[in-house]
This record gives sequence, structure tokens and C-alpha cells, in this order.
Amino acid sequence: MSVNELWVILTGIFVAASCGILGCFLILRKMAMVGDAISHSVLPGIVIAFLISGSRDSLVMTLGAAVFGLVTVFLIQLFKNSGVQTDASIGVVFTALFAVGIVLVSVYTRQIDLDLDCVLYGEIAFVPFDRITLFGMDAGPKAIWGTGITFFITLLVVSLFYKQFKITSFDPAMAASVGIPVALIHYMLMGLVSLTTVSSFESVGAILVLGMLVVPAATAYLLTERLSVMIVYSVAVGIVSTILGYYAAVWLDASIAGCIVTVAGIIFGLTFIFSPSHGMISKWWRKRKILQEDHAKQAQLETA
Amino acid sequence: MSQSPLEINNISVAYQKKPVLRDITFSIPEGKLIGIVGPNGAGKSTLIKAILGLIPRLSGEVKIYGKPYKDQLKKIGYVPQRESVDWDFPTNALDVVTMGRYGHLGWFKRPGKKEKEIAMESLRKVGMQDYANRQISQLSGGQQQRIFLARALAQDATLYFMDEPFVGVDAATEKAIITLLDELKKQGKTVLVVHHDLATVKEYFDWVMLLNETLRAIGPAEEVFTADMLQETYGGRLAVLDKQKESSFVLA
Amino acid sequence: MTWFEILKEPNIQWILWACTLLGIGSGVIGSFAYLRKQSLMGDALAHVALPGVCIAFLLSGVKSIFLFMLGAMVMGIISTFIMSYITRKSRIKQDTAIAIILSVFFGLGIVLLTYIQHNANGNQSGLDKFLFGQAATMIRSDVIVMAIISAILIVICTLFFKEFKLASFDAGFAKGLGYPVALIEQLIMFLIVIAVVVGIQAVGVVLMSALLITPAVSARYWTEKLGLMVFLSGLFGGVSGVIGTIISASGNNLPSGPLVVLSATGIFVFSILFAPSRGVVSKFLLRQSVKRKVEKEKQMQLRERGSSI
Repeated sequence: MSVNELWVILTGIFVAASCGILGCFLILRKMAMVGDAISHSVLPGIVIAFLISGSRDSLVMTLGAAVFGLVTVFLIQLFKNSGVQTDASIGVVFTALFAVGIVLVSVYTRQIDLDLDCVLYGEIAFVPFDRITLFGMDAGPKAIWGTGITFFITLLVVSLFYKQFKITSFDPAMAASVGIPVALIHYMLMGLVSLTTVSSFESVGAILVLGMLVVPAATAYLLTERLSVMIVYSVAVGIVSTILGYYAAVWLDASIAGCIVTVAGIIFGLTFIFSPSHGMISKWWRKRKILQEDHAKQAQLETA
Repeated sequence: MSQSPLEINNISVAYQKKPVLRDITFSIPEGKLIGIVGPNGAGKSTLIKAILGLIPRLSGEVKIYGKPYKDQLKKIGYVPQRESVDWDFPTNALDVVTMGRYGHLGWFKRPGKKEKEIAMESLRKVGMQDYANRQISQLSGGQQQRIFLARALAQDATLYFMDEPFVGVDAATEKAIITLLDELKKQGKTVLVVHHDLATVKEYFDWVMLLNETLRAIGPAEEVFTADMLQETYGGRLAVLDKQKESSFVLA
Repeated sequence: MTWFEILKEPNIQWILWACTLLGIGSGVIGSFAYLRKQSLMGDALAHVALPGVCIAFLLSGVKSIFLFMLGAMVMGIISTFIMSYITRKSRIKQDTAIAIILSVFFGLGIVLLTYIQHNANGNQSGLDKFLFGQAATMIRSDVIVMAIISAILIVICTLFFKEFKLASFDAGFAKGLGYPVALIEQLIMFLIVIAVVVGIQAVGVVLMSALLITPAVSARYWTEKLGLMVFLSGLFGGVSGVIGTIISASGNNLPSGPLVVLSATGIFVFSILFAPSRGVVSKFLLRQSVKRKVEKEKQMQLRERGSSI
């Protein structure tokens, strides 16, 4: 394994781990599409940051994106509170912001050089080449730092407030009645999702972020009955998909991000069929067994 | 005289155009089981939610043992309606009951051995100790209700609010809830219960609150829970089957 | 140029018609998607089109809009089957199922796209352009296709209005009445697939989902009747199409797709603020007046009590 390979896989693992943790809470709160929404609606933020600063420095653009990530979350909640269904609220917000972004891009596209494809669909294969220098020394690829720091922040916040994240996801009314600030916790979670999306999508692409946010978490949801275990499984599935996906991409000579998500999809499909607790086969088997026992009982009754 | 556990002053709540509750004012003595009774849409659950600050109020104030609600959170236990949560949530019964301790733990402390013990004890009190490790989606409706009650017990409150705990439960659960209510009463705790079944009101509760948009009456069951008062509260939609026995009401 | 002159240009007329018809058709079917809490299905289906297009190209080896649309449609139908199977048979909720479909299929699409770019022979560039939408290149035949599709959408929604309504409101009851609920649900999904596949070309993936969602949400604010809501949603969609195209044509080279979406968003913001009874402003006024009324009644009661003593 070359060093560059290692960098790419390590970046993927950091993304998978952050997303795996947060994804569990997203799907339990029925907000799975929030990641998709954020990754699109940050476009105007990126463009505005670029127009103001005039540089393609990724820190400035990330900041612009992060601001719009939070705006997205805030608007979704605002419309939801005024009676729009969650999913529709998500849809209205991100499409509108994305449209604003495209208009901005096309208004200024002559003057500036901002490649839309590049901004929206980062390519993980380029991770090793965009490097950061600290004190005049090469400190490794920039993406490693971005995704790594994000992962540690996510891990820290979720473990500190695990209790609050859990109870507000399960029973917000009861949580509010004992004085837990439900709205604050919600924004904390959404802030983390926003941070993860923004820090990852520039280096690995929006589709990989969304895929990693929902597919491993949904897989874990079919395997366990405990939230803590679900989070561990979710991260594990994400990491396995990253590694397998990377080598599949090398073998097929195709997009790494695409392959990682596809592998995660395949793992989900297999779990959906074969999970011991929630799989189709075990469910069918249990149903059959109950029916058989029923028949046996009836037969006994009849003979008696 | 000791402080009243709950004093309500002029609470009004409106959904859209319609006022759901108008000017509710009352205070209750300590150590009573209080049934909140009224027709559908009378604002019974709304009253509880408004008291707990879960929905916005137009006006009014709430005092718990003479102090504002926010200062007394640890003295309050709440049992929401069972349908209000997603029972597919990946967690087991013991874990849900442990959540009752979260309010006491503060921001950073995690539930430890002591909390687990309190939770186990609460499960025992509702007769669910054998189900501690059972995934909550695999429990029956009645068992889920008992888990919620156990969680409220784990809160170790002195004032309880229960939103329709008797709806859709089996006979065993109903009995378990009654035993529990009596025990809470013996410990001097105060319990407000939103209740539907008029036939059992007198048997279960010692105080009754009649509610239909406004507070119609509140007081000891034998004084308040009379045919006349009920007719007034339900606005003539009630047929009394047996004039002698007030327990046999039927909604017409 | 005046607006009127702009509208006389044949090229712009085609775009205008296309966007208007698309707005009406997707507005109508979007209302049902909204009521069934499947608003984001359009977004997912628009992404699912990518692997469909790639597979159509891999199998046929030619770049044909018709084959691309066919591929996207077949893939869309397959994905709706998978989605409803997942939600029916497991504890996974609808929003998660939609997100899974979107990301996995799009991921697969990217794999196929890069595979084609790296391995297949011939000129394969421009496959993904299908997905980004080019309203400006719309020609007469595109508009005719769009007109036919929109008409079909509207006619089917009118014919099956009663069935769609019941299946969306109370599927269990509909089943009890003997309605083929699964079939009806699949039909609604199929209509969404058609709307999406046709619309992608005009406005692109992301903005197509807006046309399915935003007019429907806006319409919901104005009425409590489904029939009127569907009508309004179609109207709002159509009006957004007109406004967006006109601004695009009169402005300096702005793309029409995003402008159509922003017009729809404008209608949405107006609705959420000013719609009678559900809008923010009227809710606020109502709340104030109820508050005053309650206060007044209280005063009167106090006075009565005072006079009776």
C-alpha cells in the first residue's frame, strides 16, 4: 500500500466515522435527507465567500459554506414550526438556496474561475495532492486535517452529550419536561452534521457524505436493539465500505466515492436480507415456525 | 399549612382561532389522586402540556410548591401519551426507565450503577422486572405503558402528570397502574391523571376536575362527580343509564 | 426590447411553453407526493436517472435522448419498487429509504459514468449533461413531448382523483373498501417518475425536485380542500414557469431553471406569510385578537361578579 493510498483511505475513514455517528441520530429523528439538503444549499455560501474574499482559499469557502449550512438548518426548522411537513420543508429550503447559488454562479461566471463541478463533486482521489504546510514543513494532505478534526469534534460532542442526544431523539416532550434544552440539542446535532458535510464534501464529494450519513446507519438499525451498539456498527460498516470501495474502484478504474457508496449499498442489501433479527429470511422463518406450531396445536386439539 | 403542590392562575391556550382553554385557575392540596375528566377536545391533555410549558400559553402562570415551574423541575414527573414516541427506537426497557434519571444527572454526568438500581426498582414496582432487557418494540401496549410509568417513578417526583395512561391497556396493566397510584398516594405524592372512562372515575380517584374549555368544577369526587355537574360539562351529550348509580354513564 | 417583444421570439416561446407545462404537470402530481410525505421522492428519482442513462448508453452504445429517458424511467420504476419494499417490510422509515435510494443509485451512476469514461470506446462525453438541464436548448419537439406528458399527468390525476385521495389519506380504509391500494400507490409513483424524467432535461436534477415540492406546499397554505389544492399547485407551478422564463429572457443571460425555482419559492414565501388563516401574519393577528377577546371576557365576568354582589 502506497502512502497516497493510505491518505485516501484514511480520509474516507474519518468521513465514514463522523457520518456513521451522526447518521444514527438523523435516521432516528426522521431527518435522513438533511445531509443531502445541506450539501446542496451551501453553494451560495461558497460563491459569496469567494466573491467577497476573491480567493479560492478553502478555509474561507468552508466558512461561507458552514454559515449557509446553519442557515439551511434554521430555515428548515422555521418552516417546520409554521406547519410544513419536515420533508417538504427540507426540499423547499435546499432547492431554493441551490437555485440562488446557480444564479450567482452564472451572473459572475464570466469574471471568475469557479468550477461548479469541482466545488460540488469533490474527488477523493485528489486528496493526497492538496497539501498543507505548517512552519515551513509539509504537514500532510489538507483533507486529512479537515476531516480528522471534524471527526474528533463530533466524537467529543456526542460522547459528552450522549444522554441528551438520546433522550431528545426518543421522547422530546419528556426531555423538555425535565428541563433538557431540546432546541439547543437539536441545533448542536445539526451543527455537527453541517460541519461534517462541509468539511468532507470539498474533499470527497457530496454524494459520499450523504451515502455515509444514511446507508451505514440504516444497516446498523437492522442489526441491533441498542443505540450505543448501533453507532458502533454504523461506524464499522462505514469503514468497511470505505476500504472495500477503494479497492473496487482501483480494480474497476472508476470513481472512488461512487464505489464506496455502492459497496455500502450492497452491504445494506445483504443485511436487509440476512440480518438475524430484522432480515427478510429470519422474519419469514419465524413466521413459518409460528404457523407450523399453530397447525401442530390445532391438529392436537382435533385428535383430542 | 403546607404549600399547594400546584397552583394555576388564569391559564389560557388557543390553537388557531379557537381558544382551547380559558382562564383556568385552581390550586390543589397535597397527596391527592386527581382525575381530569371532560369530553373529547375539552383540552385535558392541552392543560397538562401548557402547565409543563410544552406548548405556548396565551396567558397565565404556574406555581409548583409556591415557586416558578423552572425552579422545580426535579419535583415533576410526566407520563406522555404512549403514541407520542417511536417504539422502534433501538433501546431496551431498562434504558427507557433510566431516562427518568436524566433530569437529576445534570449536563455531563452519565447514568451509573445507582441510576440502574433505581430503574430496576421502578420496573419492579410496575411488575416489569423480567422485561428489563426486552427491546421496547417487542412489548405489548400495556407493557409499554408500564415502562412509561416506571420511568416516571424513577424521576422520584412529588407531583405527577399522566396523560391517558389507561387508554388501550390490558386488565393486568390497569390493575398495576391502580396499585401504583394508591402507593404514590400513600407516600403523600400528588398525581393528576387525564382520564376517559367515566365508569371508573369514582373508584380510582379521590378528587375530580371537570374540564371543558373552562374549568367546570374541581373538588372531592363525591361532591363534584355528580350527574348534574357531568351533564353540564358534557353539554347534554351524556345519557345516564341508571339514575341511582352515577357510575353508569354512557356517551350519547 | 419590451416584454411583449421578448415573448414574440419563437425560441423563447418554446421555453416559455415548456416551463409552464412542466410547472403545471409537476405541480399537480406534486400535491399527492406532498400529502403522502414523499416530497423528496422527486429528488431521489432525479438522481436515480443517472445510472439509468449510463446503463442505456452501455447497452445501446448510442447517445439518444429517447433511450436515455427510457433508461431513466426504467431505473426510476425499479427504485420506487425497492423503496416501497424497504418501508413496507422493515422498520426503516420512508425518509431513510428515500435517502438510501438516492445515494446508492447515484453512487452507482457515478461508478458507471467513470467506468464509461475510462473504458468504453467512442465519444461518450456529455452523458451527465443530460442531468444538468438545458432549458435554453429546448426545441419544438421537446415542447411537444412535454405538453403530451403534462396533459397525461393532469388527465390521469383527474380520472383517478377519488382513488388517489383515499389512498393518500387513509390507505387502510381504502384497502378495506377493496381498492387496489398497492397499484394506486405505484401509479402515483410512476407519474412522479415520468414528471421527473421529462423535467430533468429542462431544469436539471435539483431544481426538478423543487417543482414537485414548492408549488404543492404553497398551495396547501391556501386551502383545506384537496381538489382546490391540486388546482392551485398546478397554477402556482405554471405561473412560476412563466415568471421564471420571462425574467430569464429579459435579464442578462440568466438560466431559466433556477429562476423558475426562485419564482416558485417567492410564491411559497408569500403564501407562508400572507395566506388566510394558515399564514404567519394572519396567525399572529388571530392570536392577538383571541388574546384580547379572552381578556375582554375576563373583564366582563369580573364586572358582572362585581355588580352582582
